Amino acid sequence: MPSLNLNSMDTSVETLKTADGTPLKKKLQQSLFRNKLRAFGLVSPLLIFLLFLFVLPIALLLWQGVYDPRFSNLMPETSNILEDWDGVSEPTEDMYAALVVDLVNAKKNKTIGKVATRVNRELSGTRSLFTSTARKASKLKAPYKKSLKKVKKKWVEIETWQAMKVASNVYTVGFVAAALDYKLNADGTITRQEEDRRIHIKLFIRTLEISLIVTLASLLLGYPIAYLMASLPLRTSNLLLILVLLPFWTSLLVRTTAWIAMLQGEGVMNDLFVVFGFAEDDDRFSLIYNKTGVLIAMTHILLPFMVLPIYSVMKTISPSYVRAAKSLGATNWTAFWRVYVPQTIPGVGAGAILVFILAIGYYITPALVGGQDGQMISNFIDFHMRKSLNWNLAAAMGLVLLVIILFLFWIYDRVVGIDNMKLG
Amino acid sequence: MSNKNDSFVVFDRVQKSYDGLSLVVKDLNLHIKKGEFLTMLGPSGSGKTTCLLMLAGFETATHGEILLDGKPINNIPPHKRGIGMVFQNYALFPHMTVGENLSFPLEVRKISKNDREEKVLQALEMVQMTDFINRKPAQLSGGQQQRIALARSLVFNPDLVLMDEPLGALDKQLREHMQYEIKNLHKQLGVTVVYVTHDQSEALTMSDRVAVFNDGQIQQLSTPDGLYERPENAFVAQFIGENNKLTGKVKSVNNSEVTVKTSQNMEIKALKVNCGEVGTNTTLSIRPERIHLNRKYKNKVDATIKQLIYHGDHIRCLIKIDKDNDFIVKIPNSNIKSTLKIGEKIPISWDTMDCHALDA
Repeated sequence: MPSLNLNSMDTSVETLKTADGTPLKKKLQQSLFRNKLRAFGLVSPLLIFLLFLFVLPIALLLWQGVYDPRFSNLMPETSNILEDWDGVSEPTEDMYAALVVDLVNAKKNKTIGKVATRVNRELSGTRSLFTSTARKASKLKAPYKKSLKKVKKKWVEIETWQAMKVASNVYTVGFVAAALDYKLNADGTITRQEEDRRIHIKLFIRTLEISLIVTLASLLLGYPIAYLMASLPLRTSNLLLILVLLPFWTSLLVRTTAWIAMLQGEGVMNDLFVVFGFAEDDDRFSLIYNKTGVLIAMTHILLPFMVLPIYSVMKTISPSYVRAAKSLGATNWTAFWRVYVPQTIPGVGAGAILVFILAIGYYITPALVGGQDGQMISNFIDFHMRKSLNWNLAAAMGLVLLVIILFLFWIYDRVVGIDNMKLG
Repeated sequence: MSNKNDSFVVFDRVQKSYDGLSLVVKDLNLHIKKGEFLTMLGPSGSGKTTCLLMLAGFETATHGEILLDGKPINNIPPHKRGIGMVFQNYALFPHMTVGENLSFPLEVRKISKNDREEKVLQALEMVQMTDFINRKPAQLSGGQQQRIALARSLVFNPDLVLMDEPLGALDKQLREHMQYEIKNLHKQLGVTVVYVTHDQSEALTMSDRVAVFNDGQIQQLSTPDGLYERPENAFVAQFIGENNKLTGKVKSVNNSEVTVKTSQNMEIKALKVNCGEVGTNTTLSIRPERIHLNRKYKNKVDATIKQLIYHGDHIRCLIKIDKDNDFIVKIPNSNIKSTLKIGEKIPISWDTMDCHALDA
């Protein structure tokens, strides 16, 4: 039998050649090259588009989660000298001297505000320390430690220097640590945030919890619909399909606000509950501006993403499988559970992943109907991007979210298998 | 027809309609003996598969009764009927291995694990597929899947096995091979088989009896040779095997022999099978291999050769009988081949007994 491995053939047997004498392998590559070139030509517009408008911006933003050159750029002397400081011993006169040089320059270049903001993130209350001292910095005389102490007592406190040391790291895990409720210390150790400042882990857990509940809820609601659509005649199922797709034709914002009208204290649902006696008029359910509201609205909005993949998989399952199971002696339930359901797993997996991924990064619905305890991680990322302007922390949170999603993907791949996923 | 008492499966005046407007199965009466291999043969849309589905329990009879082993089964759900079934696309569960597929009917019958394993192995041995027990159906060829489907339908020892065009997706050679295997299994196990196909050669080679379906009715229920040699009506004559047909009017009837006058005023003597009185229309049927290239038999015609097709073991010869009719003649491949030429006039003749006068 001829071996399929051409390399081994080169040594043992004479190289296969085409009619005109060129080696077969080379000829084959030549003929395939054109096809490859054409395929690449077809995808290249999209590839370039995605590269520049999707991959690159995201990568650049995420990069900020671990890269922060602001302090070391604006305070070069201090950063240099802080690099050699162990973070616990008393700051030396050289360090104070370097600080004053940098403060003078920062004042001159009008960059002192940025420096103050950066250090303030590590130790709150230091903003005015920097701005006010910088104003007087040019008049300060050696020994600088003494004169700085005269301006503000805080300058001789070690916490201030520790905050500057952390801020001076160009490549830092500080933001990622902060996103996980940990704190990077000046000596390079990482400790947990104080009890009352731990908010992010809780937020990640809540985000995962909401996403999981929404995924399960839309699976429970979507599976029967998909089953019904797959078993009905084409005309009826097409009508149902349109009804399922109808939400896609209305704005997400409109649908979310419609839920506000439905679920609020004086809304349709609560009125009905009162009419049917499920609730007292003066003690209505709070269905909105909390987690419940987020769960209801998000399940509704994401349901089509669950129904469609399941439906498209179910449509391809021949009714003869269930028939075969029944003819072999299985009851309706056994035939359904042991023969039909396992064959829908690719659709269920695809739908669940789709809904879960969409849910985990959901922003607008929790922002509108979430209230206090319905906020998700993306709302906090948005807060840091637009309000607190702490892009580094926002990027770090995005990074953590990405890692979580990739990890869940990995788990899914191990348990179900990613190639066992069918979107249609 | 066998009497009711020794019938294993009985269709008693069964009718089926899907839309309430037309009948897919019209008044079906059929008795199947225990251990019999019965084939339902017919063109698509003739109602044969509907009959099978009613027997399996996936369709309900609109009217009439179906009895299995003397008991009416109209209200028994499919899973309690204990009927094995082989589907056209095999319907092997794709997420289970071969072994799990075979073990499924035993599991739902709550058979212990040891017994299950033993029976699965037996069934696999029966179709010579023991090596494939851990494969998934997708890793098997069409023929192998077919064997597994067969083994699965037999593994729980049903008394009745239904097969819905099980060989339809196989290539010709494999199909013929599987025909023998199914036939052998049937003999070996003594199980009753109801087989649905539109392939007449399959029906003829495998069955004890064949029910030819057309238009929701059984046209003829007979042994394979009976169908081929003594077709009862024009549809069966045309549907089973190759057939030459002539139409004409009955001129005279003499016991079992009729004289028929064709549209071209040719007078032909034929066996009276299913034709009306003098003056009615009739269709004559003659098998190609019963036409002889000589004048030795009663009905003699001079014909012209229109076409010769080489078939290896025989030559198909298309000849013109008269202005309206062409015949096909099968000539065994011998020296005569070289002497025949297109356009040549040749004498042909056939026996009265080989020419059947059927309905119009």
